Amino acid sequence: MDAVLFLIFAAIAVVCAVNLVVQTHPIASALSLIGVMGSLAGIYLQLGGEFIAAAQLVVYAGAIMVLFVFVIMLLNEGKERKAKRRLWVTFAGLPLLLVFVALIHNLILHVLPPSDSVQFGAFTGGTAGAIGMKLFTAYLLPFEVTSVLILIAIVGAIVLARKEVD
Amino acid sequence: MPFPPFQMIAGVPLTWYLTLSVVLFALGVAGFLFRRNIITVFMSIELMLNAVNLSFIAFSYKLKQNDGHIFSFFVMVVAAAEAAVGLAIILTVFKNRQTLEIDEVSSLKD
Amino acid sequence: MPYLILSLIKLLIVVLILMHTLAYLQWVERKVIAHVQLRVGPRRVGPHGLLQPLADVIKLVTKEGLVPSHVNTIFYFLAPFVAVLFALIPMCLIPFGGDINVFGIHTTLQVTDVSIGILLVLGLSGMGVYGVALAGWSSNNKYSLLGGLRSSAQMISYELPMALAIAAPLLILNTLSFRQIVDGQAGFYFGFIPKWTIFQGPFPQIVSFLLFMVAGFAETNRIPFDLPEAENELVAGFHTEYSSMTFAAFFMAEYANMITVSCIATLLFLGGWHPLWPEQYGSSLVAPLIFGASGLVCFSHAIRPARPFDRITLPVFGVLFLGIAGLFLIPAGQQILMPLFWFGAKTGTILFVFIWVRATLPRFRYDQLMNFAWTFMFPLALVNLFVTGLLVALS
Repeated sequence: MDAVLFLIFAAIAVVCAVNLVVQTHPIASALSLIGVMGSLAGIYLQLGGEFIAAAQLVVYAGAIMVLFVFVIMLLNEGKERKAKRRLWVTFAGLPLLLVFVALIHNLILHVLPPSDSVQFGAFTGGTAGAIGMKLFTAYLLPFEVTSVLILIAIVGAIVLARKEVD
Repeated sequence: MPFPPFQMIAGVPLTWYLTLSVVLFALGVAGFLFRRNIITVFMSIELMLNAVNLSFIAFSYKLKQNDGHIFSFFVMVVAAAEAAVGLAIILTVFKNRQTLEIDEVSSLKD
Repeated sequence: MPYLILSLIKLLIVVLILMHTLAYLQWVERKVIAHVQLRVGPRRVGPHGLLQPLADVIKLVTKEGLVPSHVNTIFYFLAPFVAVLFALIPMCLIPFGGDINVFGIHTTLQVTDVSIGILLVLGLSGMGVYGVALAGWSSNNKYSLLGGLRSSAQMISYELPMALAIAAPLLILNTLSFRQIVDGQAGFYFGFIPKWTIFQGPFPQIVSFLLFMVAGFAETNRIPFDLPEAENELVAGFHTEYSSMTFAAFFMAEYANMITVSCIATLLFLGGWHPLWPEQYGSSLVAPLIFGASGLVCFSHAIRPARPFDRITLPVFGVLFLGIAGLFLIPAGQQILMPLFWFGAKTGTILFVFIWVRATLPRFRYDQLMNFAWTFMFPLALVNLFVTGLLVALS
């Protein structure tokens, strides 16, 4: 039952990711990315990361992707034109990618020490309380630094995107 | 790895999660290298970041600690900041060049 | 009984009740607005217009589903689907009552209780922006695009004060799960003041409640914040190009959002299904008293009816109300029905406030709306959160 659930979410994630790369219209790519994020949130729930799953939905799928969708709708450029690629690039691209995936898959199988299989509900340290405790005690400095980073990003985005007052 | 998945194992092997992470990362790299629209390239970067998040959470399960969750949270925060500034830059590039293709924004080349 | 079958049964009951509530909420809205405006409202289809929602559904289903040729077909059909999906999912997470024991099965009146309930509902209501934005953009029509983008910008702007207003009582209650949020509001101060969050020390969350209500009005695109979809403003905004069933889907999504916001306000601020005063002072008699009084009023008006058909319909309603009052007096029924009654009464009151405000207030201009969110509500929500946190830390 666990394996079936994982396979469903993984299949949705891979199909949406392939769709992201293959679609010509940016809006279709954006919606596929939202699909990937949703299925990843389901997978995080399986791995015991409930807070991260909720954060994925709230932050990534609910805010960052909304920003992407807005920008695409505002710019309204339409479909992408076909690229003029050299012949060897078209034929060598996909096999090289597969070689990359196979190499790392091999590493995962043979270099990683054996671990037990994932049971749903076996890891209970991912609740909001546990993460909050750690975030505000052991990782307090990175937390404060990232809030300054967000402030810088806000100021930067506003300065870059505002209308010039002549 | 026990394959095909027809054995009645009580859980899911951890390597499956890591393989999914690699596949998503590779698809992100493919999108980054093969697409011409700046926004699609940016979205492929976000896909790569998501794949790495999945790796973090999977390893955090393996080690039974929640430090991986916290790293993942920080990755999300940095991705948010990067998306905001990156899209503002894209808007400025569009305002100045009227194009969204990365091949055409090449005035520093040659 | 296996968990899956139990969950499916609960889901079926929730879906049935929710769909009927959506339809009859529209009836209630039309009647209330009509009476506020000193007219009668729907009265022809069925007694007192009660079959009007059925007539509306039949009309919408049998109307010609016109798809203009200039729209982007895939996204045009995806948009109402997405809007309805993210409006209906939060109903799975909301608890309607406490533990019950029915035919030996011990269960709770909630489809599923996740430990991050309120965070998930916040995320899902944030994803409702996509339905509106996609609808506006796929219609290939500048009014729809403008209406869609304005509506999405309004929804994301008001998500911030809403999230901060939700965070403040969570600091006091110290949990994210809905069931524990309501359990933290059980009990009474001095024996008769309920321990709801708006009365609870160290800082009664009245400001948070008002902020949440105003943000809820803006999130659901209701008056006074409904400029992006007002008919006389922007040619009906983002749902200009939609007809029949797809338009009904957006309508349904708006009402479902309204019900979700009211349910969350009840759970977070008004104590969920806990009664207004303790049971030993007779709060269990409120429900049968109200229904019994309604039944008697129906009978007394049936003696000298204002309209000829009321000679038949009013006694029927009277018998119905007295029957429901009787149900509340049976101990077996009381265990299930009393929490449901209190939850329904509080949610119903908030929905009535939604409808009342619609009948009364004019709408904001778009820049006034956005100004209000960013320059007034957001700083106020921050200050409220800060004060709450300070008082909780000091106590």
